Amino acid sequence: MELDPDAAISVRGLVKRYGDRNAVDGLDLDIRRGEIFALLGPNGAGKTTTVEVLEGYRQRDGGDVRVLGVDPADGGRSWKADLGIVLQSGAGDSQLTCLELLRAQAAYYPDPRDPAEVLELVGLTEKAGSRGRTLSGGQRRRLDVALGIVGRPRLLFLDEPTTGFDPEARRQFWSLIRSLRDLGTTMLLTTHYLDEAEELADRVGVITRGRLVEVAVPSALGGRGQAPAVVSWSEDGARRTAETATPTAFVAALAARFPGEVPDLAVARPTLEDVYLRMIGDPA
Amino acid sequence: MTAVTVRPLPSIARVCRTRAGVELKEFFRQRESVVFTLFFPVILLLVFGAVLDYDLGSGVSFTQYFMAGVIAAGILGASLQNMAIGIATERSDGTLKGLAGTPMPKSAYFVGKVVQVFVVTVAIVAILLAIGAVFYDIDLPSGPGWLTFAWVAALGSAACTLLGIAISSLARNGRSASATVTPVALVLQFISGVFFQFSEVPTWLQTVAAVFPLKWMAQGLRSVFLPDALAAQEPAGSWELGRVALVLAAWCVIGLLLCVRTFRWQDRVDR
Repeated sequence: MELDPDAAISVRGLVKRYGDRNAVDGLDLDIRRGEIFALLGPNGAGKTTTVEVLEGYRQRDGGDVRVLGVDPADGGRSWKADLGIVLQSGAGDSQLTCLELLRAQAAYYPDPRDPAEVLELVGLTEKAGSRGRTLSGGQRRRLDVALGIVGRPRLLFLDEPTTGFDPEARRQFWSLIRSLRDLGTTMLLTTHYLDEAEELADRVGVITRGRLVEVAVPSALGGRGQAPAVVSWSEDGARRTAETATPTAFVAALAARFPGEVPDLAVARPTLEDVYLRMIGDPA
Repeated sequence: MTAVTVRPLPSIARVCRTRAGVELKEFFRQRESVVFTLFFPVILLLVFGAVLDYDLGSGVSFTQYFMAGVIAAGILGASLQNMAIGIATERSDGTLKGLAGTPMPKSAYFVGKVVQVFVVTVAIVAILLAIGAVFYDIDLPSGPGWLTFAWVAALGSAACTLLGIAISSLARNGRSASATVTPVALVLQFISGVFFQFSEVPTWLQTVAAVFPLKWMAQGLRSVFLPDALAAQEPAGSWELGRVALVLAAWCVIGLLLCVRTFRWQDRVDR
């Protein structure tokens, strides 16, 4: 298979070895321009290694890689000017204020965003004059994202961006990511939160043992779209469940058997988490 | 897609100015580095100057001798210790990795560090000289003495900066860099003629000290602060300024080679 010249990221047969172990073992991947792609996989599956090869941090041992049309191994300053990178570890401790950090970062790029506007975008305007170490965990992460987008990247890498966020902060972060997508930014997101992938991603890919085992839109991953629904209810003091491909008809029939409400009625489809756990538990 | 107007990357000079500003703020806003690097030599000067105020002969006080040593130690702190600990910290906390992912020219990072070392060194030297002149009646260098002072300080500072950057790559993190470098620097100060006259140091320790740059910095600076009559007390019976230049220049070369070979923008890959 040839590299896709129109893709934001195109990978064929990527191999990365640590000692005699292949951390990434023949991985193929295409990420389209403008999409949000979520990379899922258990720890040690090769997610971070793959992303760090794409970002230019690690040299690959085999395969072909293009990121915005450039081989990351040869990526120079102008290539890096089109990338935004939010590392898992985040930025270090600094004595600079949030605004000073963003201004310094902006000075490395040819066409940066206005630092004050970026602070507004990530909701840190009132922290503009605070030093990084006085911020809460969620605020620090938003500062990391601000540093990642101030250069006006065409492609943004987000490595577990919301770890340590409270639910409200995650919701705010998600709307930030959506507004970036509306501005045309391509994003590669790695996350452990399946609901986050479902909420944000146009497509998700699952990595296990150094290979991409499936790529699909979140609602269809692992045959989820065709999976039977599970209907459950209470009857004669016991919990009953039934799998059905036609849950509407099943529930209608069920309703006819009861005089009023069906006790404790619930209809469930397998969640993204269900199919994901099944996939990584049984790598095809 | 709309046509993208390609704007030129910012000039290296502009990024260097930004980095210099960042490095100065990082240093002077951090209480630990200011106290440790800037005020520690000052305290040493105040304490030793007050306690060890004896006559070395030829009417020269120990404080006059100590002036050269404490300035050399101050330069060591501003360059070698500062770089080794500062860069090791930035490497382990991810600052360096973050920078390596931006289009910042890598040279600009080092220019920023050099500016930081330069400003801190000038500040230390100025404070020490002022305290020496005001409180301890130190004879400041005259005419050609300043020239010697300038090249010894510049060459020593360059050698120690490069060595500090190289050492930062050996340390696991900032704390371990500090735990390694601080005692070594202290021992070097004891055996290199900073706290005592170098002639009082046992000969075999003199030999050890002569391998490292601090001894030569202190010796070069003594030639500026002490009358030539005291050159007789040096191991070679003279100030050996030629050898001072040679050894410090050699350490610059060694330090540079080590930096080029060992510098890393991220922690070792531990898998």
